[in-house]
Amino acid sequence: MPVEGEYFGMNLRINDNDGDNLTYFQHCADHDFHLQKCNACSLLVYPPRTACPWCAAADFDWVPVEGKGAVHSYGEVHHAIQPQLQEKTPYQILIVDLDTQLGEPEPEIALRVTGNTATPDGDLAPPDVVAKVGIGTRMRMVFKDVAPGLSLPMWTIDEDADQPEPWRYPQD
Amino acid sequence: MTTDVDTTAPAFLRDKYAIIGIGETEYTRGSGVTTRKLATWAIRNAMEDAGIGPGEIDGMMSYSGNDSTPSPPVAADLGIRLNFYTDIFGGGSSIENLVGLAIGAIEAGMCKTVVLYRAMNGFTEVRIGGTGARAAAPLAGDRLHNAAYGWFSAGQNFSQTFMRAMHDYNLTPEQLAHVKVAHSRHASQNPKAYYKNRMSVDDVLNSRMIVKPLHLLDCCVETDNGTAIIVTSAERAYDYKNTPARVLGVVGRCCKPGNDITLHYQYGPVSRVAAYYAKDIIWPNSGHGPEEMDLTGSYDAFTFTTALQLQDYGFCPPGEIGGYISDGTIQLGGARPNNTSGGHLCEVYTHGMNMVIENVRQLRGTVDDYCPVDADGVRQHTYDYETPGPTEGACRQKQDVNLTANLGWAYPAAASALVMRKG
Repeated sequence: MPVEGEYFGMNLRINDNDGDNLTYFQHCADHDFHLQKCNACSLLVYPPRTACPWCAAADFDWVPVEGKGAVHSYGEVHHAIQPQLQEKTPYQILIVDLDTQLGEPEPEIALRVTGNTATPDGDLAPPDVVAKVGIGTRMRMVFKDVAPGLSLPMWTIDEDADQPEPWRYPQD
Repeated sequence: MTTDVDTTAPAFLRDKYAIIGIGETEYTRGSGVTTRKLATWAIRNAMEDAGIGPGEIDGMMSYSGNDSTPSPPVAADLGIRLNFYTDIFGGGSSIENLVGLAIGAIEAGMCKTVVLYRAMNGFTEVRIGGTGARAAAPLAGDRLHNAAYGWFSAGQNFSQTFMRAMHDYNLTPEQLAHVKVAHSRHASQNPKAYYKNRMSVDDVLNSRMIVKPLHLLDCCVETDNGTAIIVTSAERAYDYKNTPARVLGVVGRCCKPGNDITLHYQYGPVSRVAAYYAKDIIWPNSGHGPEEMDLTGSYDAFTFTTALQLQDYGFCPPGEIGGYISDGTIQLGGARPNNTSGGHLCEVYTHGMNMVIENVRQLRGTVDDYCPVDADGVRQHTYDYETPGPTEGACRQKQDVNLTANLGWAYPAAASALVMRKG
């Protein structure tokens, strides 16, 4: 049976022939982040893939990965597309460099995991929190439960980390 | 910058094909007609422009995001019997690609002359960015890694690339606003431009934020329109009315690694766009370098797309794009104007077609501005770029245009290009 859930008026769905995404989001639903690890070259990949972008092998194991990293870049939505998201603006869409496998297999490459800036409970962060986050901010992963078998990874400010002064958009 | 280019070898069909006809519909936000009607309207104008009849066209290609009418009914309406047609999926970066594929189809003997079109009710029927009916469709599988985060529209999709580019290159909002300033001045000289008002840096910076770092006026217009281009061999090209625009080189959807629309973020530098790879095809294949181009048509879905492509195609040294876009170079009267019709920011949104059409007119020396037309039907250009339209004499024709580049954008990880010369 496909996994289905509604989130801010969006109908989210994972079809039952999409085993890689079913596994990925089931781990998220368990609040236990996992990625595929290639059995040929031992590199992790994100998000789920049908073959390894580093060696083209297609034999993976799912392994636990620490959900910590730093913001590589962000966009900040002030005009939302989904009507239900309009009352949540501004919201941020982050790409976060995981500490794990940073700079591998080449210097400019990282596991860059997407997500919104969120509260520790996984809800979209309020404006005063959004205003603090920029390039370089240390984040930790939390999860937003949508449906059985489907939670979305989200990013919240890592309260225990030494925080650098983030780079923010020049008009801020 | 490209060096050591052999300009004598007849590589890659360089100079063997040409654009002989161009046509467009009115540019509106309410066409009131079907995409089938828009397609035939634009193609008829391109046929009239070239002086070609339906019996001399035997190939047809189009592109769309399932928001158009495909070739068979369009050709049938026009009485064109096709030896070849192909309708492809895609938006920006498609037209430069299709010019190359049309050349390939002719070279393979499948047909002799191909018309390319894009017909879209991009404001009244299917808007870009997942608004309207598209917003209600289920988000399945891979889209949960992006769209589920409220990450739908082109501006939202590209915002992380743009923000990182500001960080990496010390690009300022003011410098980027100069792209809109230049293109709006060009549009003021263009009777068919949808937005003709000249804009200032402050106008851009004071417009509301859509998705940071994009203000409203950093984003292009949405419109309804049809556009068409006719491609044939250089030998046939001189049988028709206009000076041909000879094709020197093409790039079709050249990609960064990991070229999925959002997953390319795994590969850095994130601020690098696919032009970085496309430059190594377009300049050697065309036999010219960026410094030789008289005009550019760098896709301006956003001020940033123009900027990042110009930098990565080598129009300025790495990291110096902020100066290049804000020092007057890209404005009419400057060394290398960009998007002299007003582009997507001001003239019309066509997924790249209007910038190719404009460069063909610039190469012919027959841009449709506010300059007077003499008794023989020849426009007498004033080269007065300061006086805004609709004042008679307001001009947007550059003098002595011999080489142009079109730089097409699909998303940060995919780029197409087209270099043409005056035939």
